[in-house]
Amino acid sequence: MNLHPQGRLQTRSTLWFLALASIVLLGGCSATDLPIIHPGSAVALSQRNLVIVVFGLMLIVLIPVWLMAAWFPWKYRAGGNETGYRPDWSQSLLIDAIVWAVPAILVMVIAAMVWIYTHRLDPYRPATGTGPPLEVQVVALDWKWLFIYPDQKVATVNELVVPAGRPVQLHITADTVMNSLFVPGLTGQIYAMAGMETRLNFDAEKPRDYRGRNTQYSGGQFPDQHFAVHVETQPQFARWAAAAAKSGSVLNQSAYDALSSRKSASGVKEFALADDNLFAGIIAKYCSDGGCRQASAASAR
Amino acid sequence: MTFLGRLGFDALPFYSPVALTGALVEVGGLVAVVLVVTWLGKWSYLWREWLTSLDHKRIGVMYIVLALVMLMRGFVDAFMMRTQQAVAFGSSGYLPPEHFNQIFSAHGTIMIFFMAMPFLTGLFNIVVPLQIGARDVSFPFMNAVSLWLTAAGAALVMTSLVLGTFSTAGWTAYPPFSEVAYNPGTGVDYWIWSVFIAGFGSTMTGINFVVTILKRRAPGMTLMRMSLFVWTTLVTSILMVFAFPALTVSTALLALDRYLGMHFFTNGGGGNMMNYLNLFWIWGHPEVYILILPAFGVFSEVVATFSGKPLFGYRSLVYATAVIGILSFTVWLHHFFTMGASPNVNAAFGIATMVIAVPTGVKIFDWLLTMYRGQIRLTSPMYWTLGFIVTFVIGGATGVLLAIPPVDFLMHNSVFLVAHFHNMLVPGALFGYLAGYMYWFPKVFGFRLDETWGKCAFWAWILGFYLAFMPLYVLGFMGMPRRMEHYDVAAWQPLLIVAEAGAVLIFAGIAFLVIQLVVSIRNRETLRDCTGDPWDGRTLEWATASPPPHWNFDDIPEVHDLDELAWRKRHAYKPKTPSRRSPIVMPDNTPAGLLIGAFSFLFGFALVWFIWWLAVLSFAGIFATLTYRSFRDGTEHLVQPDGLPGESR
Repeated sequence: MNLHPQGRLQTRSTLWFLALASIVLLGGCSATDLPIIHPGSAVALSQRNLVIVVFGLMLIVLIPVWLMAAWFPWKYRAGGNETGYRPDWSQSLLIDAIVWAVPAILVMVIAAMVWIYTHRLDPYRPATGTGPPLEVQVVALDWKWLFIYPDQKVATVNELVVPAGRPVQLHITADTVMNSLFVPGLTGQIYAMAGMETRLNFDAEKPRDYRGRNTQYSGGQFPDQHFAVHVETQPQFARWAAAAAKSGSVLNQSAYDALSSRKSASGVKEFALADDNLFAGIIAKYCSDGGCRQASAASAR
Repeated sequence: MTFLGRLGFDALPFYSPVALTGALVEVGGLVAVVLVVTWLGKWSYLWREWLTSLDHKRIGVMYIVLALVMLMRGFVDAFMMRTQQAVAFGSSGYLPPEHFNQIFSAHGTIMIFFMAMPFLTGLFNIVVPLQIGARDVSFPFMNAVSLWLTAAGAALVMTSLVLGTFSTAGWTAYPPFSEVAYNPGTGVDYWIWSVFIAGFGSTMTGINFVVTILKRRAPGMTLMRMSLFVWTTLVTSILMVFAFPALTVSTALLALDRYLGMHFFTNGGGGNMMNYLNLFWIWGHPEVYILILPAFGVFSEVVATFSGKPLFGYRSLVYATAVIGILSFTVWLHHFFTMGASPNVNAAFGIATMVIAVPTGVKIFDWLLTMYRGQIRLTSPMYWTLGFIVTFVIGGATGVLLAIPPVDFLMHNSVFLVAHFHNMLVPGALFGYLAGYMYWFPKVFGFRLDETWGKCAFWAWILGFYLAFMPLYVLGFMGMPRRMEHYDVAAWQPLLIVAEAGAVLIFAGIAFLVIQLVVSIRNRETLRDCTGDPWDGRTLEWATASPPPHWNFDDIPEVHDLDELAWRKRHAYKPKTPSRRSPIVMPDNTPAGLLIGAFSFLFGFALVWFIWWLAVLSFAGIFATLTYRSFRDGTEHLVQPDGLPGESR
């Protein structure tokens, strides 16, 4: 048989692809191209580090597998060196113990990390930073995002402006089908569901621009359903909020009804907020008959 | 409502020239098949020998033919998506959104329900009765019903290309998007009824093989003398029995929402879409193992045969299979870590998920150690096996990553996830099925498949796989979500063009599979195997002729060892030929299974289009056929193996 070089080649090509992938991943590309690799918040940084550490741990299993998959078919090929052939060798208590124990120990280590980091990076847990969290209410619409700043009395469409250094807390719901809010580089994602409120907490370290989007397919113009995220210094943020409050457009119930229509254009808009109960009303709309009891239990965790 | 419900001329696919072309190709293909069969005058042969057959081997072949046809359709969908994404930077590409969205829904639905499920069920049918030394499955008629229900589901999906549209809600049909309020057309209804009908078929397949394996084993075959493929079939069948009803229920509840205005999963009205996600994935996660475990069984058979050794750590492999089966029901929540559950819940399900990596890792090492100190023949089934081992572990590693909730928050709904599950299912399921196809082909047809073209197909598939899916992992880190009809991020496009090149290579792989089949049929005399044992096999299926007689074995074999045939060869054991044989009872052919499938197709079609009279009639047809068949006596005939008198075929 002359097939062994191909067996080796196959492993080699695998490694080659992995190497290529890591070069593309880690070098060359800018932070905007690879926001997940170059995060701008403590939350997103821990998430990225988890990826790297766990993948490294997995290599403890992967590398021996690749080596054996390349070595054995070559070494024990029919027509090669036949002296090693042991047609009956099919069990070994010691090897059995090793092949169960090594993956088991590895998984135990990773499981401990899962427990710790799932709690530490719980999206409902307020992020670190100075000052009380900035509260932003988020509504997923067809096919745009509405951001309401209850304390600043402003609202925006497809534009999330947050101050650097201060924790941010998003309260998220949907006035349409299920959406998922994700800002790569800044925070993980969470579903937006009608009649329910979910939360995301994050901190933005430095002024920088990101792009957030809906990742849950929602029909129509789903591919264009993204929004700009601007992290500003705190004075800049305060100036922006004051300017937006005086921008002339006012968001009240009737303005919201027009906005939430599918036909309403999805460009960036800024409003002065005229209705403090808008967000609560959007959730309550789907709960008129008491149907949201489980849902509110879930969001009140 | 009119006579034909909501079916009218506007159902024809004039909304997209591409969809119209697809519809024409499909109808043209169907017409061509009908013409060719008519021209060859083979209708009565087809009817007698195949369509009405209850022979498990023929049913298995028909399942695999269905799977290969649907593989082509599913691949065309994939190729169109890759092409769209390769060109749709800052433009709308060549596919309108309403067509692109149907394509990704159809691709997933077809590949899982109508490619992978029939393929693995076909392998069960062909191999399991032979490996356990049985004459047939326990319920041959139910087996035919399962086949024709699956075919009816596939026919419904295919029909949606010509009449109306298919679902745009993805293969998972998450509400509330799949509810009437947001998705009023025929698409989701096509999805519901095709999956619902095929799901019944799978449930019955599960029942059939659990009973067959537990009750029909040859004397001497204890549970721990069953080959690993039989074990994986047993565990898979148990999973089918327990998991598929959850799918049936979740699609039925969604249908109640859509047809009768109920509120299980609607926005408001007391509905809760989170319940659908739970129900769906209680089926959906075990389903992953339903797809993968049979392939693990194939790899186990292949690696032992071509290493010339018994499987290393057989007991470990059996326990690992069973553990995977049990654990598969404990992890469904990892499909929606992003729904806002508490960290306790998320972490518990994340850990349960990665625990599955332990028995899976054990299996990988056991296959490798089976090769250790073996005498390895690198045939094409071995190629698929080695390609699987090397590639699957990457998918395993990315799966462990995704099982970590905080990492999943980054990767959920992204093309990283798409790369991950293709990395599990292409090597982990499809490579296994193709290895099984090439390994057992000579058993079914009496001649081997061409090795060179088989290896060409392997290289095209595996290189195509890496080219098509490794870029998607990288794109996941770049924040690219799945299901994008177009995009405006320039940095994504180069990688999507690489992925497109991978799709071209995979296309070559599929072409090589077709060429392999044609070349092998043409050279069948040189590839002929007269021994029944072309690979120096180790298990019972190789102890009978190729192709086996309808009744499989003239005498039911007595089993002495796990690798019974290897044991017989070593001990030069020749079973004694009995002085006289009593006749064998075999089931008669019946068109009832085909009829039930045809009525089910009409039933689904009528419900999709609101043709209520047809729905009532076709349901009555299913009921009448079943009743008639159930009250019929004398559905079997006797076969005398020696001189074959009394055989009615």
